[in-house]
Order: sequence, then C-alpha cells, then structure tokens
Amino acid sequence: MTDRYSPLHPVHVAAGASFTDFAGWQMPVRYSSDLAEHHAVRTAAGLFDLSHMGEIIVIGPEAADALDYALSGRLSAIAIGQAKYSLLLGREGGIVDDLVVYRTGEDRFMVVANASNRETVFAELLERCSPFDAEVFDESDDLALIAVQGPLSRRILTETDGFSVEGGHPDGRDFAETLAAEKYYRAFAGAFRGHPVLIARTGYTGEDGFELYIGPDQAPVLWDALMEVGAPLGLVPAGLASRDTLRLEAGMPLYGHELGMDVYPVQAGLARVVVLDKADFVGRDAIVAGPPSGARVLVGLAGLGKRAARADYEVFASEESSEPIGIVTSGALSPTMGFPIAMAYIDAANAAPGAELSVDIRGKRLPVSITTLPFYSRKKD
Amino acid sequence: MTSATELQYTSEHEWVLVEGNTATIGITAYAAEKLGDVVYVDLPDVGSTVASGTVVGEIESTKSVGELFAPVNGTVLAKNSAVEDSPELVNSDPMGEGWLIKVEFTELPELLTAAQYDALLGE
Repeated sequence: MTDRYSPLHPVHVAAGASFTDFAGWQMPVRYSSDLAEHHAVRTAAGLFDLSHMGEIIVIGPEAADALDYALSGRLSAIAIGQAKYSLLLGREGGIVDDLVVYRTGEDRFMVVANASNRETVFAELLERCSPFDAEVFDESDDLALIAVQGPLSRRILTETDGFSVEGGHPDGRDFAETLAAEKYYRAFAGAFRGHPVLIARTGYTGEDGFELYIGPDQAPVLWDALMEVGAPLGLVPAGLASRDTLRLEAGMPLYGHELGMDVYPVQAGLARVVVLDKADFVGRDAIVAGPPSGARVLVGLAGLGKRAARADYEVFASEESSEPIGIVTSGALSPTMGFPIAMAYIDAANAAPGAELSVDIRGKRLPVSITTLPFYSRKKD
Repeated sequence: MTSATELQYTSEHEWVLVEGNTATIGITAYAAEKLGDVVYVDLPDVGSTVASGTVVGEIESTKSVGELFAPVNGTVLAKNSAVEDSPELVNSDPMGEGWLIKVEFTELPELLTAAQYDALLGE
C-alpha cells in the first residue's frame, strides 16, 4: 500500500516529529517526548493532527431515518449542532466501527469514522442508506482535522485571531461568547480567516477540548496560528503515542483493541449507545438475543509497581491458576497516576469490581485488581 | 546520525565500550528514539552469568518493550542503579549516563564498528 500523508505532514517534519504507520497513514507518533506531550494535555494543552480520520456525509430528506436504520443510536433525535457517539453494528451484533455523528443541518449529518475503517464504513452506509431518500459522500480527502485538547484549549482558541461564527458578527467579536457557551458534544459552524471550519467540543483525551474540521489547504495556517498563540501558554504538538495513553487513562475504547467484530456492545459497556426503542436497524436481532451467557466483559485493571500489562497478555484468576480467564486489550504505565493500568476482557464470573487477579507479564505473574473505568477524570470547573 | 567511533555496536542496537576485560553496555540513541520515553528498566543482578545473544533485561517505554541482549559471555560486574531510579536517562543520554550494565567477559566476539552500524541504520 502506498503511504498516505496528512496535509499537515510538512509541518510535522519541520517540528521534528517521529512518524508511525497508522492504517496506511504516516502520522506523528511523538514530537520529542510522549510523556511530556501527555502531561501537557493534562496541565495545559496539546495539538493533534487527526486528518487520517474519515468523514462521511449523509444528506437528504430521510438522512435521519437512514442513520437510525444504519447505526445503533437514534440519530433522528439529536438537534442540529449536537454530536452523538454511536456504533455501526454488524448483522451478527459485532462492532464494525465506533463513530461520532454530528448533525450539521436538518437533513445533513457528518459521520466520523476511524481511519482503518473509513472504506468499510462508507461502503456500509452507502448500502444501508440506499432504501432511503438520502445520499452518502466520503468527504475525508476534503477535510483535515486538528484537535486542541487540554484545560487551556478554550483560551487558546479565543486568543487566536481569525475565528468567526457563521452568520455571526463579521469581525468575530461574538466568537469568544459562542465558544464559551458551547457545551460538550456540541458543534457550530464557523470560519477561520474566511474559510469554513466546524468547531466541535469533543475529544479523546479525557480533557476539555475542541476538534476543528477544516479544508486541507487551510489546515497548516490554522495549525501555525494555534501554535503561535498557544506555545507561550504551554501548548505542544502531540503525537499518537500520547493520544493512546490519554484515552486509556480516560477509559475510552480504541477500535481494534477494545472494539471489534467479535465484541457485542454490551460486553464493552456500550449498551447505552444501542437504542432498541426505535424502528428496525441493522444488528437488532442479534443485539436482542445478546452474547452467550458468561461472555467476557471489558474491565479496568490497576497494578502495582512499574510493569505494565500490554495488549494480548493473559489474565488469570490467581497467581497459581493456569487457565486464563481473560485477555488484556490495552495497557501502559499511567503517566498521570504513576501505576500500571490496562483494559481487559474478563469472564463475567470473575469481573466483579475489586476482584484480585493475576496477569502474565512475559512469564512473570503480577497482581492486578479490577477497578471501575475511567482511571482518570478531570476536575470539572 | 554519526555513531561514536570509540564504541562498538550490535545488530540489536546496543553499544559496547571495551576497557580491558570489561564491556559497558547500553542501547544506542537510535534504539532509544524508536522506543520513546523509557519508564522502566529491568537489569540482571550483579554476579549473574550472561550468555551472548540471550535476553538478560528489558527496557520498557510507554509504547513498547525492548529486550536487552547480552553481547558477550561473562559475569555482570555492575548495573546502573541511576537508570533503574530514573529510566529517562536512557532517552536523555543513551550513550553515556544511560549505560545499563558492565560485564566481565572471557572472550570478545566480533562486533560492529561505528561505520558498520551506521550502514545498518541506512545512513
């Protein structure tokens, strides 16, 4: 496969980033230190390039009905400007992808898919929406995505020149108020130096923050403008390595680790994003039937010391037992808390909060205990 | 990157400083950069015997786990306790303060020169 590059690639090269392959994309894994980037997001702010994510537009008089059928949630119930976390389910009840859906108009929705699933999600939505009066477009190549995450995010956006609210005051004097009034999981249409930008109060770090969808040509200008204002306040460019430890601390699942075609939403603790009280939708029968009884469920594990359990390590009921009762899906030494954390699928019978289990870390058994997710919650102001 | 010429190297991205019968061993700047921030090191005990080519320790970063291979047969004379307490030394000074172990060896195997190691890195 030919490598894909973000429109911000030259900016990252100039900033000295190290790159990693992510679903065929060459994306920054870190700029200097993943730990420093992690801490910056928790204490000040970090700037992420997420241009590899897929953006698929569903538009038409029956767009809302089409998405109610295609996805697990009731997207027809969300207001213009609202965002919703949802799932694309397989007919057997597994998870094809997890998504954020923005309602950007009465008849227009933007579905944001994981980079690895972009083509699949587009193909599935095309097929699932075909009986409805709605059209589906893959706009991924026409949108870059920049995330500003951390407690200083709003201040940085407010102090950056050039933002305005669509239909608002031409000099953007109402931008700060609009931004301040914006609630979590809401988005509004704005402009940056005359170019359209969707400004969403969403993220994947457990901190306050914004995600900015903008045309690829304007993305480097926006990135530089945010850095210029933010750097003196502690804003740093942040790579995918810190994004992964941030989302893990926040207990957020990652597709391919905690979510996949072999996982029912209920196992991942996502029953709340499947709405049965609506018209028929793909996967409904399988969801109603549910997974086999005793199926593994997603839990958080906390350990002692410094050695982290990592993806695919086996979990046991005790140090002595030889029959695994679960498997780790993500794990790291938590940069914020300083102890090892992990997410794992554990047999339901052994998955009670507080249960003491044993994990095999490359041949050594270490104790872990089941803890409620998330590991980290920011202090709300 | 130009690797320091007084050192010798292995294809496992370790450097070896030979002084008499003692080999001081660490991981190269390239390896440290690839690992990312090192958060934990597990080093063999002083006095233990190590065999060339076997895994004798681990270097963990937030993202992954690197293995420490013994480049020589011998006995561990010292381990760097400063690195055990402050694993970030492996990132800040991989070829100096971030050294890992000293091994007294009986026989020195063929190691890579700096030029050979640079060639391995494709630079």
